[in-house]
Amino acid sequence: MTIVYEDQDGQAASDIPARRIKFVINGQKMIAEVEPRLLLSHLIRRGLALTGTHMGCDTTNCGACTVLVDGRPVKSCTMLAVQADGHEISTVEGLATASELHPLQEGFKEEHGLQCGFCTPGMMMAAKALLDANPDPTEEDVRWALSGNLCRCTGYQNIVKSVLWAAAKLRAESGEA
Amino acid sequence: MSQALDEIKIGGLGASRKRVEDNRFIRGKGNYTDDITLPGMLHMEILRSPLAHARIVSIDASKAWDIPGVHLVLTGEMMATRNLAWMPTLSYDTQAVLATDKVRFQGQEVACVIADDPYIAKDACEAIEVEYEALPVIVNPEQAVAEGAPVIRDDKENQQDNVIFDWEVGDAAGTDRAFEQADVISKLKLHYPRSHPSPIECCGSIADFNRATSKLTVYMTTQAPHIIRAAVALVAELPEHMIRIISPDIGGGFGNKVPVYPGYVCSILASILLERPVKWIEDKTGNLISTGFARDIYLDGEMALRRDGKILAVRMHCDSDHGAFFSDAQPSKFKIGLLHSAFAAYDIPVAHLSDRGTYTNKAPGGVAYRCSFRVTEAMFFQERMMQAAADDLGMDQAEFRRMNFVRDDDFPHRTPFGFLTDSGQYAKCLDVGLKAVGYEDFRREQTEARKRGRLLGLGISTMTEPLGAGNSREYDILGIKMFDSADLKVHMTGKAIVRTGARGQGQGHETTWAQIVSHELGIPADDIVVEEGDTDTAPFGMGTYASRSTPVAGAAVAMVSRKIRAKARKLAAHLLEVSEEDVEWELGRFYIRSAPDRGVTIQECAMAAYSNMPDGMEPGLENTAYYDPPNLTWPFAVYIITVEVDPETGVWDVLKTVAVDDCGVRINPMIVEGQIMGGLTEAYAMANMQFITFDADGNCVGSNYMDYLLPTAWETPGFELHSEVVTPCPHHPIGAKGIGECAAVGGPAAFVNAVIDALSGMGVRNIDMPLLPDRVWEAITYHRDVSGAPPVRSDD
Repeated sequence: MTIVYEDQDGQAASDIPARRIKFVINGQKMIAEVEPRLLLSHLIRRGLALTGTHMGCDTTNCGACTVLVDGRPVKSCTMLAVQADGHEISTVEGLATASELHPLQEGFKEEHGLQCGFCTPGMMMAAKALLDANPDPTEEDVRWALSGNLCRCTGYQNIVKSVLWAAAKLRAESGEA
Repeated sequence: MSQALDEIKIGGLGASRKRVEDNRFIRGKGNYTDDITLPGMLHMEILRSPLAHARIVSIDASKAWDIPGVHLVLTGEMMATRNLAWMPTLSYDTQAVLATDKVRFQGQEVACVIADDPYIAKDACEAIEVEYEALPVIVNPEQAVAEGAPVIRDDKENQQDNVIFDWEVGDAAGTDRAFEQADVISKLKLHYPRSHPSPIECCGSIADFNRATSKLTVYMTTQAPHIIRAAVALVAELPEHMIRIISPDIGGGFGNKVPVYPGYVCSILASILLERPVKWIEDKTGNLISTGFARDIYLDGEMALRRDGKILAVRMHCDSDHGAFFSDAQPSKFKIGLLHSAFAAYDIPVAHLSDRGTYTNKAPGGVAYRCSFRVTEAMFFQERMMQAAADDLGMDQAEFRRMNFVRDDDFPHRTPFGFLTDSGQYAKCLDVGLKAVGYEDFRREQTEARKRGRLLGLGISTMTEPLGAGNSREYDILGIKMFDSADLKVHMTGKAIVRTGARGQGQGHETTWAQIVSHELGIPADDIVVEEGDTDTAPFGMGTYASRSTPVAGAAVAMVSRKIRAKARKLAAHLLEVSEEDVEWELGRFYIRSAPDRGVTIQECAMAAYSNMPDGMEPGLENTAYYDPPNLTWPFAVYIITVEVDPETGVWDVLKTVAVDDCGVRINPMIVEGQIMGGLTEAYAMANMQFITFDADGNCVGSNYMDYLLPTAWETPGFELHSEVVTPCPHHPIGAKGIGECAAVGGPAAFVNAVIDALSGMGVRNIDMPLLPDRVWEAITYHRDVSGAPPVRSDD
């Protein structure tokens, strides 16, 4: 993160330790200079202005900040940005293409799987990791896969339906292909 | 002849229209407060008290000032020089913004730091040295009124003890007389534990004071932006027209985002002092330990009964714990909210309710957490008392309720506490629920299972909730009457924008308000955009909480649409060259009564309003409506839950959840069902795991999501919803009633009743929520009631 300080008695920004990291986010290669203590979630939100990754609890409980790191769901508030060095990150902004929504995005809208929308990006990323590994999950599989993500609005029933809707659509698409 | 419009196809009333707001949320393109970055923006963090009750000996912030990147350290002493160390609450009390004399609860705001970066601000908070002198701590009302208890609010003149108010309603003498006539008196003591609404998004604000224009813009997580504007104008003494409150997307509210919090005030002052935007985003612990809690109230209830099951009278005494400052967000006339809505669905001749409110060393709040001002407690107490009374009489739970219901032909009905209920089909809802759960079969199965040592239980809860405050005669907040508003502008091509004084937080206003306009004007819902939350553009309104949006703001949307239609009728008569009396309306079109094939569409009228209006008519097609409802709306619901309790561990599983909701006309059935399922989940949470408690030193147990348990997709049961009973509200323009909170209000008692029912014959009358496995196990093992009141034991 670039921070400009007032230079007080010789203490200046140059005294702040910084590390250079390279990573890929949503398919794009990036380089960043970061404080070693910077959280990955803050790099994504503030450094890259990808504000779709939300922060709810700072303690790895709520899952709103879930992103994929090398395809695995990770709560980005508990991973340091420097740990992303050399890795590939996907966020909610990478789900859709310019012209087409991802079936998970369509499913959440079709089945009313969101209300306030705050947990939704994390839910969809956790669900994507599930569907990538298991294209034909049961309701129980979905509930277990999402059990690290909290929602206060929906009661989960429609979220589960949304994920199953997406799974069915993805299977149909791959059958066509 | 033109084809009449299909209302469902154009997204009108009753269409399960897909939500408009989803388009941005599913792409990660929502715009929540923390997503906003302004040029030159600084970051604020709050230093909180580690102690629940302590005198502040000294605060030394010099090391914090020395950290590069720190711009400002605010303390209570500095706030006091600007007369901002204290602020008024929504219940005519005062609340410390930053502590000056002493801290009164763990997590109270002591100082804050504004820096270039939030990490630096946090470092600087840790560098502030505060010396405290610990004082004795009070964590429940019993301690608060005990002989020799320390006076928590020694800042207030004339406050000699910890009592905030004694409030009563009903007929005490008549109730006493009725109790003398009783065959059976049923008694129950309960604690409804302290809870926290805990939206996933915490509170936050970005204050942006511009010296050049003198304008203060505040982006903030508020459910009631206009109330905030008024509060800032009155507290900070800034001119109201120079204050703009913008409530962007809100990541859940549930009542937590109604009050004014110290963090908002400090960010505003900091921005004024520094002349730069200042962002404050609370962390989860700060949210859970300092912002608006809910519930925390004790009941001592009695019911006078005739042997045949008729309820003769109800007497309720309550003790409510309000924390260190009386900052309940509620209508000012009612000190303990609408707790006296209890028993509104039952035909009870006389009743009395009293409540003593006390200060304790706990966070202030008393917000309406997914409920219309303490209605959740009212319905919980009511339905737990109903269960105990039926058991005492040896009567069937369903029949006891049915025989005491207000009957369909008894409306309007005056409740013993003075409310006027106006509509409902209570017995029908119960019948639908009993059939859906398979009541008789379940009772047989339950008896059989018990013989084999399995504990099955069934719990019934009914609820009727007074939703949609005003009317303005009875309901105000800080003297501001509780009405709401809508503003509708129809553009010349027939597209439109509607704005209201409400502020949704997931309820889907952007979708449903357009549906109401569509129903009234025949403009396709996709041609109508909805905007809320900006005080510079939205008409004045009281905001969204207490399920008041559809009953009040939604009604205003219908009324403003009718004003537009009245003007469009004049335009139609002009275009059709007939007199207005000869013009008839059908959805989306005016036509000549005697020649129905000659007509003009609403879109053609809109174009005429800008291009071809009759002589003397004011151009344009826009209007505003302020709506003051004649009464509250009274939805009704029956929730029936079945459970199985494991006698070895006390763990209980939900077998079936049946919800029968009669909320009148449903604008968007899909959204209504989403609201009900969300409410049921919060009900399950409160019954099963979710509570905030304290140890004897006032340490908050439940200060993070590892201690404050919320159900996940894994634990949450599935729900079966029933919508076949529809009793339109007689006074709402489209017959709708509130719904957002019903299941959270009525649900908890159904879960608890089910578990208590499973333990029948064991001498267990009550287990306080949440029904944690250890509590249920204790009840089963020792055949006794289990209290959950704080302080918790140190080994818990």
